[in-house]
Amino acid sequence: MTRTRTPGISRRSTLALMGAGAMSVAAPWVARAQAKTIKVGMPTILSGRVAQLGTSSRNAVMLEVEKVNAAGGLAGRQIEMVIRDSKGQPQEAARVARELVNTDGCEWLIDGEASSGSFAVHEVARDLGVLCVHTCSEASSLTADPKQHIPNAFRCVRQGIHDSIVGGSYAAAISKAKGLKKWATCSPDYAYGRDTTGEFTLYLKRFAPDVEIISESWPKLFQPDYTEVVTKILQAKPQALYSCLWGGDLTSYIDQANIYAMFGQMEVFAVNMADYTALTVVKNLPKGIHSGNRYIKTFPTTPENAAWGDAYKAKYNEYPTNWSWQNATAVMFLAEAAKKANSTDGKKIAETLKGLTIKCPFGADGTVTMRGDDHTLVGYAIGWGTTIPQEPYVPEVKAGDWKTIFELEAEWKKSKGYT
Amino acid sequence: MDLDALAGCLSSSSCLVTQTTSGLIIGMLLFLVAVGLTLIFGVLKIVNFSHGAFYMFGAYFAMTAYQLTGSFALAMLAGAAGTAILGLIFERVFMSRVYGADVLMQLLVCYAFVLIFDDVVRLIWGPEFRSMGMPAAFQVMPLFIAGGVVPPYYLLLIGVALVAAIVLGIGLSRSRIGKVIRAAAHNPGMVSALGINTGLIYGGVFALGGMLAGLAGALAAPVRSLTPGMGFSVLIESFIVTVIGGMGSILGALIGALLLGLIRSYGSLGFPLFTEGLMYLFMVIVLVSKPTGLFGKEAA
Repeated sequence: MTRTRTPGISRRSTLALMGAGAMSVAAPWVARAQAKTIKVGMPTILSGRVAQLGTSSRNAVMLEVEKVNAAGGLAGRQIEMVIRDSKGQPQEAARVARELVNTDGCEWLIDGEASSGSFAVHEVARDLGVLCVHTCSEASSLTADPKQHIPNAFRCVRQGIHDSIVGGSYAAAISKAKGLKKWATCSPDYAYGRDTTGEFTLYLKRFAPDVEIISESWPKLFQPDYTEVVTKILQAKPQALYSCLWGGDLTSYIDQANIYAMFGQMEVFAVNMADYTALTVVKNLPKGIHSGNRYIKTFPTTPENAAWGDAYKAKYNEYPTNWSWQNATAVMFLAEAAKKANSTDGKKIAETLKGLTIKCPFGADGTVTMRGDDHTLVGYAIGWGTTIPQEPYVPEVKAGDWKTIFELEAEWKKSKGYT
Repeated sequence: MDLDALAGCLSSSSCLVTQTTSGLIIGMLLFLVAVGLTLIFGVLKIVNFSHGAFYMFGAYFAMTAYQLTGSFALAMLAGAAGTAILGLIFERVFMSRVYGADVLMQLLVCYAFVLIFDDVVRLIWGPEFRSMGMPAAFQVMPLFIAGGVVPPYYLLLIGVALVAAIVLGIGLSRSRIGKVIRAAAHNPGMVSALGINTGLIYGGVFALGGMLAGLAGALAAPVRSLTPGMGFSVLIESFIVTVIGGMGSILGALIGALLLGLIRSYGSLGFPLFTEGLMYLFMVIVLVSKPTGLFGKEAA
């Protein structure tokens, strides 16, 4: 009996079409699995007022990626960075992050966003399940709050609470030694400014209970003129001032406070001063401003840190920023995790990253650790010192003690209901 | 709200001197920007939304000139003259083509140039913030007047702005060219029929407005960080000044700027979390009670 062919699509054609369809649907994943390069997406801020920091993040990542690629890549795969501008807008950061994964085929994300954008990218990582390392957001809740926790996201950044513990205890010691009881604060009026100031004064008062905050100023972010703020502080006549103004706002503030001779009338504690972005821009840097370290190549005082700062300067003709070292460390962590896992699979890398300790130029003891229980960076060099108007800008930095940080951080987490 | 602090300040001579001077500094710098804005509106009937860019260019021109020459006077000259030339070119090449167009079209063109100018600055000077630094002559101890603190540089700033206000006021009311400008503002067709080149007048007024904003930027450069987009916040405050004083009124711009400066200065003591809000509240009160602004004229 012969079978006659019916008009229309044959079974063979149907199977072929289905096969082709399946292949076309699966193609990106097949291609991705077989790709020699691993694409890593990076939404960061490359335009607007914070563009300098975003650019320095990109520079630091590329500096480290070139080293990794020159050494043979990650588990035999070369890294290809796909870096996009989020313009510093959370919704744009989320859109770009999603596009990097879904359209560009990026397997991991390095998130170079400030606090506002990082939470948006975090939700994208939660949704897509992609490995994500936050590299710029200092907001403690990003990793300290258990509600934010996802197994595939890590934070490779200094933290507000760590800075406040070290800064508060440093300031309290000076406060007691010099009898600085009347304090004023002047910080930008947004989440970072409010939180960081609150945490700093919390620890300042804890270690120096007789301190009193007699004046608070909350200039808006990117305010061009601080004259009324400066005169208000002068009227209050505090003995010491704390500020977490940063970048161009800090330099404007210093320039304007300088001509009122404010720095001779009180001790000033500006946590964000000791970063080259501010140190090299202020033309008449006052002597004796107390600051936390951001990126400075003389702290930690090791040849590795100095060499890294010099290598960055040699390549980009400027000194790195606080965001630079954090982004560089992220690449170091990812490279080490891929080496240990002998894989570039996101889930395996995430498992390997938990509790991983690596050698790092920015470590307090030459190493840094990605803490396992809350996926955040610990062990980085952290300290405070006073400025001078020329290099090395902060000649002596008093290092913070990580044992104390851990103890007080645990207390703080408990008080916030995080543990 | 901290009314005790405000009351304490009002009863202290040192505080009064410091805060009043602080208000004058803020106000006079604002006046220089706002007067250009109001002048351009008064004569050209253009709401120049790109005016803040001239303040930004003035600051960058001054910084560059200062870095090249080390002369503060040349830096100020570069800031003012550079923006005057830029204003003239901008008016002749672009803005002159949208006279008489819908206000929305004018605003869109101006806004496009705000973004273009910001990118131009980014291309030339880079995206990072910069600082000009205070000239050595002004790196001196502040003056103490009745116990209040007054930096010498700010006295210069107030003086320059005051001279600009007087010259502008007398120039427009007494000189021949001032009369021609005022005539062109009221009836450009008649002025043109009399054989006067209105294009030249318009270009000149735009250049003058740009120059004043540029001078403000140059004067601000030693004490403010320079960054692409720095003109925007100044522009918004200048608009408030212009609206409070009355669109097109130079005296209104002066009074409006001084009032705003004093509100900021004393408001930071009494209403530290509502200083910005106070400015807007004041604007609303003025506009509700006198919709044309304090010195604005009713439409005929």
